[in-house]
Parts: sequence; C-alpha cells; structure tokens
Amino acid sequence: MDDTLIRLRDDAASAAPVLAFAELAETTNAAAVRLSPGDDARALLPLLGQLELVEVEFPGFNDGRGYSAARILREHGYAGELRAVGQVLVDQISHYHRCGFDAFRPDQPIARAAIDKAIATWPEVYQRTVDGRAPIWALRHG
Amino acid sequence: MYQYDTHDQAMVDARVAEFSDQVARRLSGTLSEEQFRPLRLKNGLYLQLHAYMLRVAIPYGTLSSRQLRTLGDIADRYDRGYGHFTTRQNIQYNWIRLEDAPAILADLAAVGMHAIQTSGNCIRNTTADHFAGAAPDEVADPRPYAELLRQWSTFHPEFDYLPRKFKVAIIGSETDRAAMKLHDIGIQVIRNDAGEEGLRVHVGGGMGRTPMIAPVIREFLPPLQMISYLEACLRVYNRYGRRDNKYKARIKILVHEIGADEYRRQVEEEFAHILTLGLEPPPAEFARIAAQFADPAFDPQAPEAIDRSDPDFALWVDQNVHPHKAAGYGIVTVSLKPTGGIPGDASADQIRLVADLARDYSFDEVRVTHAQNLVLPHVRRADLHALWQRLDAAGLANANLDLISDIIACPGLDYCSLANARSIPLAQKISQRFADPARQRDLGELKLKISGCINACGHHHAGHIGVLGVDRKGVENYQLLFGGSEGADTSLATIIGPGFSEDGIVDAIETATGVYLAHRSEGERFIDTYRRIGTAPFKEAIYG
Ligand code: HEM
Ligand code: SF4
Repeated sequence: MDDTLIRLRDDAASAAPVLAFAELAETTNAAAVRLSPGDDARALLPLLGQLELVEVEFPGFNDGRGYSAARILREHGYAGELRAVGQVLVDQISHYHRCGFDAFRPDQPIARAAIDKAIATWPEVYQRTVDGRAPIWALRHG
Repeated sequence: MYQYDTHDQAMVDARVAEFSDQVARRLSGTLSEEQFRPLRLKNGLYLQLHAYMLRVAIPYGTLSSRQLRTLGDIADRYDRGYGHFTTRQNIQYNWIRLEDAPAILADLAAVGMHAIQTSGNCIRNTTADHFAGAAPDEVADPRPYAELLRQWSTFHPEFDYLPRKFKVAIIGSETDRAAMKLHDIGIQVIRNDAGEEGLRVHVGGGMGRTPMIAPVIREFLPPLQMISYLEACLRVYNRYGRRDNKYKARIKILVHEIGADEYRRQVEEEFAHILTLGLEPPPAEFARIAAQFADPAFDPQAPEAIDRSDPDFALWVDQNVHPHKAAGYGIVTVSLKPTGGIPGDASADQIRLVADLARDYSFDEVRVTHAQNLVLPHVRRADLHALWQRLDAAGLANANLDLISDIIACPGLDYCSLANARSIPLAQKISQRFADPARQRDLGELKLKISGCINACGHHHAGHIGVLGVDRKGVENYQLLFGGSEGADTSLATIIGPGFSEDGIVDAIETATGVYLAHRSEGERFIDTYRRIGTAPFKEAIYG
C-alpha cells in the first residue's frame, strides 16, 4: 500500500496498534486510537498521558466534527501525534493545522510542498486556537 | 465607520490570492466541480439557472460611499448594469463569469470588501439593525459587537464545515429591525437593572421549511465574553447538530430536539472550559473598534423645522424619514421598490447616486436593510428637500416604506435553481395592482413577503401577508399566509387554505385587504386586525 502519511513532527511515528474507539473499553494500555466523527473526544481525556497517536477520521471533507475533536484534545494538553485520515484535501489543511493536527494521511496523496504552502495560506489569524499563533487582536495590543 | 487596518487588509488580500489559485485550478481541470463547489461557495459564488451568481458581504449592512460606488462599478463592469440587494443585507450579481470572479474580489478588496463566507455551511455575514447608531431608542450601538464577530468568524478553522449554514443577527434596541429571533443566533444588547451593558443571546431560530422563533439561551452575558460564549454555542452545534439529513441540520432542530434547557446546559459546560483558554479579545480591542463607530460630528444647531409646502415631498418625509437620536437630523430610507419594479434591484447609476448622496448628506454612510432598501442614516432635516429632489430625479423617491408595495421577494424561478415558482413577476403584479399611493397609505403598514419555495429566502413566514410558491403537478401555485411578524412581536405566519394561480393570488390579497378595511378599528394595522379577528372572516371572503 502506498503510504500517503505526512508528519510535521520530528519524533518517530508510534508503532502501537491503532484501536477503534469502541475497542478502548477492553484495553487498559492503549497507545493509539482512531476516532470516527460521532465519537466523543472527551472520553479520551483520562488516557491522554498514555496516548501517542490519535487518528481522527474524515469520511467526507465536509464533516467538520473532527475539527472540534482535535481542538478539544489539544486544549486539554494532549501532546502526542494528531493525525487527520480519510478525505483530507489540500484546501482544508490550514484549518486542520490551526485545530492541532500535525500529521495527515489523505486518501489521495498530497505533496509535502503543497501542505507547507497550505499551512502558510493566512499571513495572520483572527482567532486564538491551539496552534500557538498570536491572533490579530494580540498583535494590535501587544 | 470601521476602517480596515493593515491586518484586516492582509487577510482579504490573502483570500483573493487563494481564490484566484482555486479558480485557476478549476479552469485547468485540476479541481473537479465537486471539489470546487464548497470552495467557491465560501466566496459567495453560486451556480444558478443561467450563470454564476456572486454574493458580496456587506458586514452588518454598513457601507461607505466609496464602497457603494465600487458596488455600482462592478455592476457595470462585470454584470448587466445592476445589482440586487438581499434580505441578508448583502448584494448579489446574477450574471457573473467564473473567469472574472478573482478580478471582482480584487476590486472589492481594494475598498475593504469581500465575499467571504456569504455561502456554505459556515458562519455567514453578521447582520444588524440598519438604524444602528442613529435610532433614538438604542441602548447601545450593536455594530462594534458585529465587527468583533466579523473578525472572529472570518476563516474560523473549527467552524467552517458545520452541519449547515449559520446566521447571526445583532440589535441594540427593543424595536427589532433585524428579524433577530429568526436567526441561528440572535443577540440583543441590553442594560440590566444595575445599568450594566450586556447581551441577551437567543439560539435556534430560523425560517426555511421548519420556521422557529429562537428561545433565550442566555439572559445576560457580560459583553466581553461574547466570543467565548459563541465558541461554546458553535462547538456544541458542530459536535451534535444532525448531519444525517440536510433538512434537519440547522441548529434550530438541535435546540428543538434536545430542548433549550439541555442545549443551555451543554453550552454552559463548554463555556466554563473555554473561559479558561483566553480566547476573548481584550477590552482595548473592543474600545478600538467602538471608537470607529463614534457619532459623526452632528451639528447641535441643526434646525428641526422643514418646509412642507411641496405635498409630494411632505408625503415622502412622513413615510420614509424616521426620527433620529440627534435633534435636527432624520434617518432616510431610499425605497428600492418602484411600482412594477424588481424588489431590491438597483442600477449601477442609482447605486452611484446613493453613494454621492451619502457623501453629500449623510456623513459618508449608507446601510442596506433586510427589507431590501437602502438607508442614509444621518441626514440634516434641512437637507431633506434637496436630497429628495435628487432621489426623485433618479426614480428613487417612492414614498412606500412599510406599505403593501414595499415587498420583499426572493429571486425565485427567474434565477434560482431550487425555485418552484416565480417571485419577481408576482411582486411586480401586486405592486401594480396597489399602485395608487393614496390607497397604499390608507392600508397603512402591511408587510408582504414572497418566497419562491419552502426555503423561505423571501421571509414569507414573517410576513403580515406571506406568499409561498409551490409546485402543483408541474404548475406554479401560490399559497397565502397571514399573521407573521419579525419585529419585537415576532410571530410565524400560517397558511390559510388552498393555493392560487398567479392572478388568483393577487385577487386574494386584494380581497384580504378589503376584509381588513371593513373590520379595522382605530389605529389598527392589518396585522393587529388579523390577530384580533382571526382567520375566519378572511377565509370566508377569499374562499366563499
Ligand atoms: C438564488 C439562490 C439562492 C439559493 C439557492 C438559496 C438557498 C437557500 C436555502 C436552501 C435555504 C434554506 C436553508 C435551510 O433552511 O437550512 C435558504 C434560506 C434563506 N435564504 Fe436563500 N437562497 C438563495 C438566494 C437567497 C437570497 C437572494 C436571499 C436574500 C434575499 C436569501 C436569503 C435567505 C434567507 C433569509 C433564508 C432563510 C433564513 C434561514 O436561513 O433560516 N437567499 N436559502
Ligand atoms: S426561497 Fe427558494 S426560490 Fe426563493 S431564492 Fe430561496 S431557494 Fe430560491
């Protein structure tokens, strides 16, 4: 299988088996999990210390629930890999990145250069999110 | 008025660059129409029956004369010489070529305008009271909040693929001139018993096929928590709004299904978390924006008295000029509803004329109303006559504000691919039937609203008289509704009986006005009489 994975992280990718959200209950030491759009990201909060990889599935690019899932995990301090998988398109990359994703496995390959360009789409941003960028209101008022 | 600084400008410029690239990829075939569709929609570009339609955002309906002039020039340069002002305080161009779209966006960006998020399942352009900053009954000007909302919602990364479109309206007085409770979120700036300014937040209103009046979700929100609170409202919706059925995907359905109390509980829980994240712009930012909406330099000596010897002028003043908070000033509504005309349409020359008038008489400001008219908010009463003469010469002095010919109508089957019936020709027929100005004035305030299908873009649910176009075995048919209102007394209109043909509906409306005239008591408007006597007398007269 052609691996379309692109990681914006320097650490090694997790080798742990990726469990479906529903399988979590049966495992105590899961290190990698996959969230589907209907899964509650907050249910992962007790596990944040042990998780190395969370895959967030986008069955269609227009199902935006995964953006909230990602942001919630980052807001609660998750520092592991957050990977968008599925119908991940270049035109949504900057939003993914602003919501905390740092890895992508798109169904159709995207060139690394195109990803870097997409992330640089907005010279500035209006909102504070989880990507560490200072919003315009902060630039205005120091 | 708000002026873009270098930050705001950088954002719209980046958008033009991004969209130019997307259009190029579409034209070269790299992007399929399916992939391009959501991208063009985020720039207000629809594919209509005959051509592309471009919807340009007019944030909270406020324009400078320079911006308005640009809108006129675009109509000339890229369209057929006119534009269409919409019920969401935007302007639409109906005959656009895809190849031209990037150039139009560049022209708009040059005057601090854009088409960002005027379509698609994202937070749309925020609308506001078109008398903001001028109305005598205002608690506070809603526009600084609306501008804060504009910035926050622009390219919001979490809320760009919501279950469905999301519309916010904000007002600052008891009189609701923005149909606030018929929006996904409706905000009213209020003052509490302690005299503090705050926001009352309604969530879950809307029109469309399932009209609903938004319940109050927060009675009183400290003003500088607005962004955090809306983050919470939107996050709950983004996570739990229905995505299985596009007709049940609006937030009103979520609020209705889980109940206002449960929705409120979830929002409060999320809000408590979000408050810990420091997402709220600081008071200095609100102050920076608010300073730009400070009153213009009103002349304290401006005289109140005007010469009413010209009867046509006097009638226009009585109908189309509202009292202003500053003595000696008036709020002028320029009617875009000439007899037999297309509601909301204006030619490029008319648009530029209003821009000139704003520069000459209204401190450079213009507003667009959700009733598809234009407003010059700050006119010295002493200048009214000169202003009126210039409007009259351009066919813009129709004295019909809020009368039966001041019709709201959606584009309907003449343009819209979803339509069941034509709206525009019907509006034209009705306005011709009631062309006599004396007759219209006798009928008094009567809000007539027409939609070409159940999507309700023409606000038929909120009409004193509403008309809904339906398809009856392949033939255009019109249903008649009574009793809607979008003011502080918001109510939803109900269908009164079987539908009509195009001529039949005009007759039925005329019959209904006859019933009103026969039953009204002193000072009652059509809606008041209808609410008092109910549907029976109307049904009897119409269906016999
Ligand atoms: C011509 C192309 C248009 C199309 C295809 C279109 C499509 C739609 C659809 C599908 C809805 C229903 C959404 C829902 O209930 O979830 C809707 C609602 C609405 N549209 Fe349009 N529309 C068009 C033009 C307009 C225009 C010109 C205006 C302004 C004059 C407008 C303003 C509105 C408003 C106010 C609503 C109802 C409020 C609400 O969203 O609940 N639309 N439109
Ligand atoms: S109400 Fe229906 S016909 Fe009219 S513009 Fe909206 S979608 Fe089109």
